[in-house]
Amino acid sequence: MKKPIACILTFLALAFSAGCARHDQNGFTALKPTAYGAAIVESSGGKQSAAVGTTLHDPLVVQVNDEQGAAVAGAPVMLQGPTGVQFEPVAGLTDSSGQFTSNVTLGVAPGRYQLVASTTTKAGKSVELKSEAIALGYQEMLGSRLNDQYCARCHNQDSTPERVSNYDNLAVNPHLFTEGDTLNKMSDADLASIIAHGGPALNKSPLMPPYGYTLSKSEMQALVGYIRVVADPPYGAPGIVYAQK
Amino acid sequence: MRLPDSIEKLRQRLFGDTVRTFAWTSLLLLILLAVAPAKHYFADWRVYQRGYQQLISKRSDAVTLRRHFEPGIQQIWLPEIGVVDRCTTCHTGLKEASLADVSKQPYRHHPDMPHKAEEFGCTVCHRGQGAATSVEDAHRATDAWDEPLLPAKYLESSCGQCHQQDLKGTPQLNLGRKMLTQYGCIHCHTVKRPDGTVVAATDDPPSLEHIADKTSREWIYAWLKDPQAYSTTATMPNFKLKDEDARDISAFLMASSTPGPDAGSKVVPAVLEQAKKLKGDATLQTKAASLYGQSFCASCHAVQNAAGNLVGGDIGPELTKVGSKVKPEWLQAWVRNPHQYDPGTAMPRYRFTEQEVGLLTGFLMNKADADLLANVHLDAATPEQIEHGKRLVSDSGCAACHEVNGVKRPENFAPELTKVGSKPVAQLAFAPGVKHTLYDYLDAKIKQPHAFGAGLKMPQYTFTATQVDALVNALLSHNERALAMPAAKTVPALPESHYEAAGSAGKLIRDLNCFSCHMINGRGGEMAPELTSEGSSVQRDWLAQFLRNPNTLRPALIRRMPKFNLTDAEINTLTDYIMTVYQSPKVDRDSMPLTGYPAGQVELGKQLYYSKYGCQGCHIIDTKQDKGYVGPSLTHVGSRLTAAWVYNWMKDPQALRAGTQEPKRDMSDDDARALTAYLMSLKGHDAMEAKK
Ligand code: HEC
Repeated sequence: MKKPIACILTFLALAFSAGCARHDQNGFTALKPTAYGAAIVESSGGKQSAAVGTTLHDPLVVQVNDEQGAAVAGAPVMLQGPTGVQFEPVAGLTDSSGQFTSNVTLGVAPGRYQLVASTTTKAGKSVELKSEAIALGYQEMLGSRLNDQYCARCHNQDSTPERVSNYDNLAVNPHLFTEGDTLNKMSDADLASIIAHGGPALNKSPLMPPYGYTLSKSEMQALVGYIRVVADPPYGAPGIVYAQK
Repeated sequence: MRLPDSIEKLRQRLFGDTVRTFAWTSLLLLILLAVAPAKHYFADWRVYQRGYQQLISKRSDAVTLRRHFEPGIQQIWLPEIGVVDRCTTCHTGLKEASLADVSKQPYRHHPDMPHKAEEFGCTVCHRGQGAATSVEDAHRATDAWDEPLLPAKYLESSCGQCHQQDLKGTPQLNLGRKMLTQYGCIHCHTVKRPDGTVVAATDDPPSLEHIADKTSREWIYAWLKDPQAYSTTATMPNFKLKDEDARDISAFLMASSTPGPDAGSKVVPAVLEQAKKLKGDATLQTKAASLYGQSFCASCHAVQNAAGNLVGGDIGPELTKVGSKVKPEWLQAWVRNPHQYDPGTAMPRYRFTEQEVGLLTGFLMNKADADLLANVHLDAATPEQIEHGKRLVSDSGCAACHEVNGVKRPENFAPELTKVGSKPVAQLAFAPGVKHTLYDYLDAKIKQPHAFGAGLKMPQYTFTATQVDALVNALLSHNERALAMPAAKTVPALPESHYEAAGSAGKLIRDLNCFSCHMINGRGGEMAPELTSEGSSVQRDWLAQFLRNPNTLRPALIRRMPKFNLTDAEINTLTDYIMTVYQSPKVDRDSMPLTGYPAGQVELGKQLYYSKYGCQGCHIIDTKQDKGYVGPSLTHVGSRLTAAWVYNWMKDPQALRAGTQEPKRDMSDDDARALTAYLMSLKGHDAMEAKK
């Protein structure tokens, strides 16, 4: 009678340890670091937006530094994110320039995703860096495309030879859609109204043209959705911020 | 067989006599009978519905939510498109906008979408098993399930089942479809749309019939080994050829090449002399560079700058290392008249003087990379090598893309992909380590075709992750469901236009390859403005002047209309044709005068322009004050456009040019007329005077 129980127990133990071993591969122990740093900073790839479930255009690059701020090669880095976010690779050692590069695939729900990069110090302490990525759902994605087509020339300062920004040419400077400090204070109705009827609708400059006869209602709604999701600081209600538990 | 003692004792105790046997069997039966109702009670969907009721009971709008909630199995049944979807049985909060803050599945509110669930159900877009009522069955069951739920990044593929045209909301699908036609996929794989039309390639792989005229065997070898080493934007994939194979293919291509039409006869020694002189002559180099600039070669051809970035268009090939590729004799003939070597080329025939041909030839020959061919040393080819090369060319399917002397274009070289998006998983041969789903298969097949077995012919492309995702989207959209979709639900692809302009103007238009950049009657490129209604929009004198000496209307553009050096007679022919044939049915050019508007109306128009409508935000009239960079400059607009066009444009710009950035206004006839009067008064004479 005792044997089967023993068998089952061993099996469970084995299964459990197999599960743990899998976890460990993602953890630090399997990494075999050759050096340790004191701080972790973001080099590039933060604050990007992309369609839900897709890979961010540029990889996330973080750098591990020592106390003096010099880059440390061979230090361990591990990435974590909310459920559904994938990193390729999820952990590894910094390269010769002290950097660790990973491609980030977003989860399936639209919203903001908090990404955490961490490294351990010589003393075994974990230091973290928080970064953020924005996942655009159907509506926000459409808004982002419309923004590129109609609005970005005036509402974005970034200039390329192909698309010269018109921002500095305007007598009244518009706000960038990321300027949450200002735009978060405007209601959805106000945003929709200035987009549909132009600046004069809110006693603002006619340099903001009306789009109510060019875009459909749902397209203007999509633009509002886009403005909300890229706002920095984030727009309060009702979006969800996905962070790790 | 004797049972062990302990078990024998147990048997005795339980089934020792009839009563005991009866009691125990009844109990067993009862338990078995209880399984059914218990299973029913604990069914996934009941658990979720109870959970939902709990969730909404704590919310402020509980009453409304409870009223909307319908217990029991829910179903969307659309026999016409084969949909039986019970997803809403568990996804109870799908339509409740007030649940926007709930992130727990299956209760989450569905984000905004372009269609109603009642119209298409759920599985048409998401896949999965619509009729199932348990989580496992509905979503994934096993890895080898034919209809697992689609990951979010492939959702756009479902739009493509009905929409054969590009959609604003599906950038991934649009990109994937464009790549299918651009990267040669469909030279080997046939892909048919649901309406039976065949997806056509938009790339134009060069013919190799006269390749020996154009380049050296060493270059062919280097290119075959690594096309992207020559040009990072090369669309030809890397076939990972062995050194011997590249050697033999290059040997065969050189051996099979025949002299092109008029080869040699058009070599002008003076031109070659001129080109050679460029090497050590800085003044000539500057002159050539400025000619390259003025001819706006960069509108179509990219060159890597010092920082390693590509600058220029992508209609023609990248020219960073062209001097290491082509022979000067070939190049000078090409610059003089590209149609001679390749009648189908997108490149226009510039009317260059012989001196200019020499300058440009020298300029391009100087764009060489000494390292490219430094390590390529090939001995003279043997007949066996040439024969082997020929076999490789025909086995690898080179002739599916390129014309090659002595090798026929293979039919059905690779499997047709018309239904690839619904291919049963059981029919796929997976490479080790690839997850057993259709989309993972497609992803792996594009990323690492060689992992699927040696000797497979699918070449290795170098795509980014985004590009692969886009391609998988496009492939998934070609499936059985798309083929079975009722025509009334679909948006077919725009028919391919084979429009040709007639007569001597048509000949000129082909010679200049206007279609490479301009769209006319549905045919042509998108780099430059559409010309279908050009005759209604511009004034004849302006057009003639523009063709003689094109200058850009948009100060910020780097891609511009090149100067072709047309003769007066050619300009006349083109202008006449455009003014008479390319007219819009919506605008009667002669319905409004070009001049003579009352001063009061002009003044009113000016006020409207600067105050009410804020046009200076995008356009420039007063070069000292206005700075708008988005729309064309309007300093000469009264000499350029017809008044009828301007008036109609004010009323509804999108009706005249679909997709234009100019926003449509709710403009009264009086305002539109006043603005027209003002704009028509801007003849630009002052500016012209000043220039003189
Ligand atoms: C021609 C340039 C131009 C274009 C194109 C343009 N805007 Fe504006 N926009 C402005 C200017 C200028 C203002 C500021 C008006 C003021 O503050 O008086 C403005 C203001 C706004 C505001 C109010 C917040 C702010 O920045 O002050 C919103 C919202 C807005 N625009 C949205 C849009 C959207 C959406 C589009 C595209 C559909 C668009 N705009 C296109 C110039 C433009």
